[in-house]
Amino acid sequence: MPGSRWSGHPRFLLAFRLLAALLASMPFLFLVSNIAAQSLGPDPGQEVTELLGLAAFQLLIATLCMTPLKRWTGWSGWIRIRRMLGLFAFFYATLHVLAFLQFILGWTDLWVTFTKRPYIVAGALSFLMLIPLALTSTQGMMKRLGRSWKQLHKLVYPSIVVAWVHFIWQARSDVGEMVFYGLAILVLLAVRWKWAGSRGMIPFVRG
Amino acid sequence: MFIKKRPSWALSQSEITPESVYLNRRQFMSGSVAVAAGLSIPGLLPAAELPVQGKSLNFVPMPDYSTAEEKTPFKDVAQYNNFYEFGTGKGDPARYAEEMTVDPWSLGVEGECEQPGEYALEDLLKPHEYQERVYRLRCVEAWSMVIPWIGVPLADILKRLQPTSRAKYVYFETLHDPDQMRGQRSLFSTIDWPYQEGLRMDEAMNELSFLAVGLYGKTLPKQNGAPIRLVVPWKYGFKSIKSIVKIRFQEERPETTWEMIAPQEYGFYANVNPEVDHPRWSQKRERRLPSGLLSPNWMETVKFNGYGEQVAHLYKDMDLRKFF
Ligand code: HEM
Repeated sequence: MPGSRWSGHPRFLLAFRLLAALLASMPFLFLVSNIAAQSLGPDPGQEVTELLGLAAFQLLIATLCMTPLKRWTGWSGWIRIRRMLGLFAFFYATLHVLAFLQFILGWTDLWVTFTKRPYIVAGALSFLMLIPLALTSTQGMMKRLGRSWKQLHKLVYPSIVVAWVHFIWQARSDVGEMVFYGLAILVLLAVRWKWAGSRGMIPFVRG
Repeated sequence: MFIKKRPSWALSQSEITPESVYLNRRQFMSGSVAVAAGLSIPGLLPAAELPVQGKSLNFVPMPDYSTAEEKTPFKDVAQYNNFYEFGTGKGDPARYAEEMTVDPWSLGVEGECEQPGEYALEDLLKPHEYQERVYRLRCVEAWSMVIPWIGVPLADILKRLQPTSRAKYVYFETLHDPDQMRGQRSLFSTIDWPYQEGLRMDEAMNELSFLAVGLYGKTLPKQNGAPIRLVVPWKYGFKSIKSIVKIRFQEERPETTWEMIAPQEYGFYANVNPEVDHPRWSQKRERRLPSGLLSPNWMETVKFNGYGEQVAHLYKDMDLRKFF
């Protein structure tokens, strides 16, 4: 039983969570150190915006990896860091949007930008869906919402798909990176679809 | 209005950022990249040092064709590039363009002209005196630079090739060699290499159109389109094709790379025009580089990038919303 081995030890779990937090903070530390060193190149506003967007996207994908990892390894430690990763994703997404408004837009042309530019509309949709998830991420909210908490948090799937659309719509010519992330998302969604399918067929098994 | 005589206080050659300063910055940068090799992609800028590049050139400054605006420092001009032959990141060209051989170099001249043939670069340039022109460069992505180019007016070279009366357009092509250009090896690129561009004959013959072989007094860094590139300062940067290997005079309008990929976004003319938005970026303003985080260097974009006096007549009877 995994739970009875060292992997279930509270100290090990704590170390694991700290390590995850450190990894998830890397993009932020990277940004701060480069801003301090003024080494973001001649167009730092654009760089900061792109870095934050990518960090949000990657962390969202990481968040979606946790449940499959738990199922495949049988170790519940993965689930213990899932909320933290999701909140990190939201943290980066929020900074990404603020960076865009401040550095790229300068708070002008808001209406045209958010109505006429499809890739921005996609980004905004993705962000809007993340907001209720972040707000209901606490233990208290989880208890209070009960079954509907799970329903609500399925919003993460459309959110990540729309974020991917946001990503590929800004590709100028080379879509290699987007295809790579797209495949990762596809696998993560397919896994859930398969689980849902098997649940449907064997009604007594709860997933 | 925007081309001013160079005043006596204009920046001189000696005020270019010394190489040692930016090399130190590079070293600092590679340190912080190593620290933060986490989830993000530490590929913003080349982590390695940039080799000192360029042979000094003799040239005549052309104050009448130069803006007195503050120049973008060499380190930015040479390290912040769109040259997708070497990758789509802004730092990729500086990192990978070393893999391209630019000497020897030859250009094929074809089509409607009296002097077709394969020209060694030196032979094409030999009769001409180099000029220095400080032009604004406006990228379609809403950033801009001010760059002191060294080169020859395009018209001077085209005239020597003696276009015939059937030559209505000039077509240009960039080197296509996946062995030297890693971006051309990418499986997921939507660009149908080689990169190609074109100008209407009267645009090509305009006094502003320029073939650059250098910048900041020295031969072009490879990432800036060595050994020879076009500079058409009133059009978005992608018209200014780099590392040219072919010039063709033709009667029909050439197809151009970006137009072929996304005709609703990039037109053949691609004149800088704040009144016509790109679907993804507003073209009303631009960030003049280098820009800062706390003090972003925003400015209003001017029609024809401020060169209307020289070029507006070329488009007198055209609807520039349609022919964008
Ligand atoms: C109101 C919401 C949003 C706005 C206005 C916005 C805006 C932008 C802008 C302007 C860029 C740079 C585009 C370019 O110049 O090429 C960008 C890039 C990006 N954004 Fe967003 N975004 C939003 C939400 C999001 C969200 C929620 C995510 C992910 C969860 C996201 C992920 C990305 C990614 C992955 C990139 C590409 C970064 C790269 O080039 O490496 N964005 N976004």
